[in-house]
Amino acid sequence: MIKKFINKLIEGILMLSSTVTTLTVLLIIVFLFSEGLSVFKESPLEGDNIIVLNHQNKVSHISSSDIKDIFDQKITNWKLIGGSNDSIILFTFNEINNYFSEEELGPEFEYLPAKMDSLLESQSGMIAVFSKKYLLKSHRSKIIQADKINPYSFINGSEWFPTANPAVQLGVLPLILGTLYVSFVAILFALPVGLATAIYMAEVANEKTRRVFKPVIELLAGIPSVVYGFFGLIVIVPLIQSSFHLPVGETGLAGSIILAIMALPTIITVSEDALRNTPRSMKEASLALGATKWQTIVRIVIPYSYSGISAAAILGIGRAIGETMAVLMVTGNAAVIPHTLLEPVRTIPATIAAELGEAPANGIHYKALFALGCILFLITLIINLWVEFSSKKRRIGK
Amino acid sequence: MTLFEISRKRLAENIAFWIFRLLSLGVMGILFSILGFILYKGIDVVNWDFITKMPEDGMTKGGIYPAIVGTLCLITGSMIFAFPIGVMSGIYINEYTKDSWYRRFVQLMTANLAGIPSIVFGLFGMALFVNKLGFGDSILAGSLTLGLLALPVIIRTTEEALKSVDDSYRHASLALGATKLQTIHRVTLPVALPNIITGFILSIGRVSGETAPILFTVAAYFLPKLPSSIHDQVMALPYHLYVISTSGTNIKDSRAMAYGTAVVLILIVLILNLIANAVRRYLGKKYKTN
Repeated sequence: MIKKFINKLIEGILMLSSTVTTLTVLLIIVFLFSEGLSVFKESPLEGDNIIVLNHQNKVSHISSSDIKDIFDQKITNWKLIGGSNDSIILFTFNEINNYFSEEELGPEFEYLPAKMDSLLESQSGMIAVFSKKYLLKSHRSKIIQADKINPYSFINGSEWFPTANPAVQLGVLPLILGTLYVSFVAILFALPVGLATAIYMAEVANEKTRRVFKPVIELLAGIPSVVYGFFGLIVIVPLIQSSFHLPVGETGLAGSIILAIMALPTIITVSEDALRNTPRSMKEASLALGATKWQTIVRIVIPYSYSGISAAAILGIGRAIGETMAVLMVTGNAAVIPHTLLEPVRTIPATIAAELGEAPANGIHYKALFALGCILFLITLIINLWVEFSSKKRRIGK
Repeated sequence: MTLFEISRKRLAENIAFWIFRLLSLGVMGILFSILGFILYKGIDVVNWDFITKMPEDGMTKGGIYPAIVGTLCLITGSMIFAFPIGVMSGIYINEYTKDSWYRRFVQLMTANLAGIPSIVFGLFGMALFVNKLGFGDSILAGSLTLGLLALPVIIRTTEEALKSVDDSYRHASLALGATKLQTIHRVTLPVALPNIITGFILSIGRVSGETAPILFTVAAYFLPKLPSSIHDQVMALPYHLYVISTSGTNIKDSRAMAYGTAVVLILIVLILNLIANAVRRYLGKKYKTN
């Protein structure tokens, strides 16, 4: 009786531990998305800042990028953002001494609210952004809302200035494009070389050579990414800088080269396994018909293992997209949409790694970085599921 | 078929094979040039003082002792958590579940967990362990984060190891009247052990080199003393290499230290790989698996 109970108990414990991975995936989803999606409830203004206008102004809400354009003086008339034809007068605290003397404001700025209110009412086109505590209780000026961060402008926006003042700019398009760009170029480098190595190991090399190659490739996979990054930083970056005569060597190309080297083991191992799965009888039939070994490889082995090879390529891209440290160290981290490989770029993982340390917990920047994490998670999840299901189909197909 | 055609076919084959051979040698060449370059530049830095002394003069002199201790703490912590759970999970999946939807689901989730980028583990560890559960930046938070990262590797190798044990062993044991648990304990696990240990050693290698998950959960730039409890922050080798090669105050002067740290990291991976291979070879001889 007791023995049976103990057996059941142990089985229960084993079962519980088998649920840990599922639980972790679920928890990751819950935490990532609850933090990440809450960025869309945030106003782009810093702290408890508010936007205050003259009460006659017809504008009732304003987007984050418009605020930036107004303060960069790219938008100079209210007409452009739905108001009346009146030029915009900026008020910034740097220029406060042009308006008021220190005595007028009082030693602890106690007269500032009243002064601000009357200043805003005297100029019909004025806009000011300041902390809520400087707002007069019986204010005549009009407070308007900054639009909340919206998902469309988040994905589609091309400016990433998460700490900009007065309004943060959260456009992740340059980061997404940078990530995909660097990763795809890396696979373009790595796939031909990796595939050739896999074919060599599976079909051409003798047993002895294979016994040398296999552990070396395992070792290549085991080297920490920060060591690759370090190597890239001291060897590849200066090399690129001098051979292309660039001001800086930290470029997308450097990232792609390092990622290509790092993706090689994945591509080689997965495609070698796929090539090896070709049934012996098919190869022998081809050879018996007079085909050379090379013809057999091209006409029989590669077509047969096509889906495995494509899985290798996709997995390689997945690895490259998620890689953080090496890319962070060699790509130069400029959050602009890349046009050539010889410019600095910035990827999603590198952005998270570089900025999360400085972002105050639960602030808008912190949440935006979690939202980036969500995008990264979704991209890699899709890649994993794709590989998983395509390999299942392959197994059933056999 | 004329003689000319045959020789043309042979020529094409020869050219293709030579290209493959050269590309493969190129891959080997890349690996050996990376290893060779770093070892050549850094091996002089690594000596007894380097691995037993504290960093001095803003990381430009002295050693990396606290970073080594920190990495050992993180390896131990993450393995205490991940190894038992991983092995138990692997046993359950391979020995108790038949080809059911549950098994496929758990395997799918494990594969997904393995594919999640390490920086996402870092984000998750920070949100759950550091902030939500209030562990702060600590060995505890860092070890749990790294443990989750190592979990899929351990589960998968355990599963593979158990799968390679021939069913005749299980049948023989069960036929002698042993219970399922006794069979696993006395027969299946001992046979699968070399491969499980290999997986364990390789996951240590993985954990010791990861940087992104510990950035926000445990790693410190510089600490003058060693950790005294699991609630302390620690320095760690990969993070140390990252900061002194990119964001130190005097990058040029700490270059030698950076080479040395990289050499130590490579040596750890190299030695672990050798041990894993040795375990696989020597323990594997004791029991024949198919």
